[in-house]
Amino acid sequence: MIWVNVLIQGILVGGFYALFACGLSLMFGVMKVINLAHGDVAVVAGYTAVFLAPQLHIAEVWSFVVVVPIFAVAGYVIQRTLIQKSIDRDPFTTLLVTFGLSVVIENLLLEIYSANGQSVNIGSLIGDSIHVSNVIYISYISLTVLITAIVVLGALQLFLSKTGTGRLIRAVADDREAAQLSGANYRHIFGIAAAIAFATVALAGIAYGMMTEIAPTSGGINLLYAFESVVIGGIGSLWGTLVGGVLLGIAQQVGAQINPEYQVLAGNLLFLIILGVRPHGLFGKKTAFS
Amino acid sequence: MAPLATLESVKVRRSTHSPLLNLIGLAIVVGLLSAAPWIVSQSLASILMNFFILVTMATMWNLLAGYAGMVSIGQQAFVGLGAYATLYFAIKGMNPFVAIPLAALVCGAIAFPVTYLLFRLRGGYFSIATWVIADTALLVIGTIAFFGGGTGHLLPGLSNLGPRALTDAEYLATWIVAFCAILGTYLLLRSRLGLVLASMRDNEVASRSSGARVTSARRMVFVVAAAGCGAAGAVLAISQPFVQPNSVFSLQWAAEMIFVTMIGGLGTIEGPIVGSIIFFVLQQSLQQQGAWYLIIFGTVAMVVAIWQPRGLWGAFRAKFHVELLPVGHWVREAKPEK
Repeated sequence: MIWVNVLIQGILVGGFYALFACGLSLMFGVMKVINLAHGDVAVVAGYTAVFLAPQLHIAEVWSFVVVVPIFAVAGYVIQRTLIQKSIDRDPFTTLLVTFGLSVVIENLLLEIYSANGQSVNIGSLIGDSIHVSNVIYISYISLTVLITAIVVLGALQLFLSKTGTGRLIRAVADDREAAQLSGANYRHIFGIAAAIAFATVALAGIAYGMMTEIAPTSGGINLLYAFESVVIGGIGSLWGTLVGGVLLGIAQQVGAQINPEYQVLAGNLLFLIILGVRPHGLFGKKTAFS
Repeated sequence: MAPLATLESVKVRRSTHSPLLNLIGLAIVVGLLSAAPWIVSQSLASILMNFFILVTMATMWNLLAGYAGMVSIGQQAFVGLGAYATLYFAIKGMNPFVAIPLAALVCGAIAFPVTYLLFRLRGGYFSIATWVIADTALLVIGTIAFFGGGTGHLLPGLSNLGPRALTDAEYLATWIVAFCAILGTYLLLRSRLGLVLASMRDNEVASRSSGARVTSARRMVFVVAAAGCGAAGAVLAISQPFVQPNSVFSLQWAAEMIFVTMIGGLGTIEGPIVGSIIFFVLQQSLQQQGAWYLIIFGTVAMVVAIWQPRGLWGAFRAKFHVELLPVGHWVREAKPEK
């Protein structure tokens, strides 16, 4: 029964990893850049929720209604300025710039808010759970996050395949120059993709603050998990990322069951094994590795 | 096309000015730095030690990113492993100073198989994967009771030297490691490997199709950089001398080596040195203000990366045509003999 619980908890946390990772995947797919500050954006979103909600006199549970649109706009602006400037140099510069951004954000948060963790207050919801049996608990908040992740991934998939803007994003991702020749402003499309990426990771950051404590250093470690989910699932596959996140979550829970010290290590090992035996991931296309 | 004629009408030189001037200048700097513990105050000598450790790391990162195009954000893996290799040999009874080159070798030996995993990923995914490697190394070391787990372990074998002799020996060790890192990079870039790296940087496809072994050149660079960071980790362990996993495997090492190289000048040997000097001046003047030096330095690094990608030294070199440690060639039209 313990192992059934391990499996269930792994699946629940896997949903969170996928939610965290989908923006990373999208930006890589469209702009061919990795935002190394992706995790720190989530942390800033969590902090914004904690400190902005009381100012606006809204319950912290509903803070995402305000924070997510703010981050979508911020994503568009940062893409059109800082990231676009780096892309115009080369992808190499983007890595250096976003790494710099990541370190700057993390240390600014440390200086302003100290290393103490912050949580998004969700009242009694934090303790409530479904008791399946005496060893299996499914907490409402984890279940909500998993469902949110599935809804967000599904919506993203539909948006990319059915809407005009979605088709433009895919066109620019496939061939930037050809899309531009056909009249698409690729810089604007990049901005939209970044807006979606920032919105989803802001949501993930707030969800993280609801599930546990969020600290200035939480960004880096969650970026690692998100990245591992993407590679395990296969680069370029949205649903693959969900499966990757779930597998990573299960591996971590199995490791933690053996010894709490092995939780993260077990996830890293699964990642390294997949990288060794199946580098294009479970659902990825080999073309992602030219 | 008349290749024979061009041989007479152009001159190809490595140096921009007389190499003798360079050698004399270099000898003076090397002499002064070697004698520093007997000339300058103890506090300045200890700042210089930290400076040399950073120069070593930054030089290695520059080799990776500036010459081989690999943005690693996980070099702290090898800093930490170098520190722990030294700790291992010291616990087994070896003199820690003798263990420095061995620690470098251990790190190189670990890096070699790791490249077979890392090189499956490119660009940004490669970068994050190096971080996973560093995180894994930290977690594995943290579970080993022999090294004291997460709390760390004191480096033994340093107590048989007197306090003054110990600080002098520590200073010389960090200085020699930094000197070897710079000299090694210089010689490496002037070798055949340097030629492959230059061709790869200019056009990888063309380089591959001309028969250059691009992947093995990259692998070689990664192994050398790991060994260099391992040596830096070894002298770091000796200078601390309490070896603690969260400190030696800290992401801060990666941040510092990256910012220093970007500001000083990516892809120049002098750049990391110039960047490290600026870094220590800034750090010393802002040391009361917590992490602000890192925030300012990171911001400056971002600005430099976007608007001055060759860094301060790169801008200086482009303006004045001066190179202290030339690794390329200058082609000039020769004046007629008569």
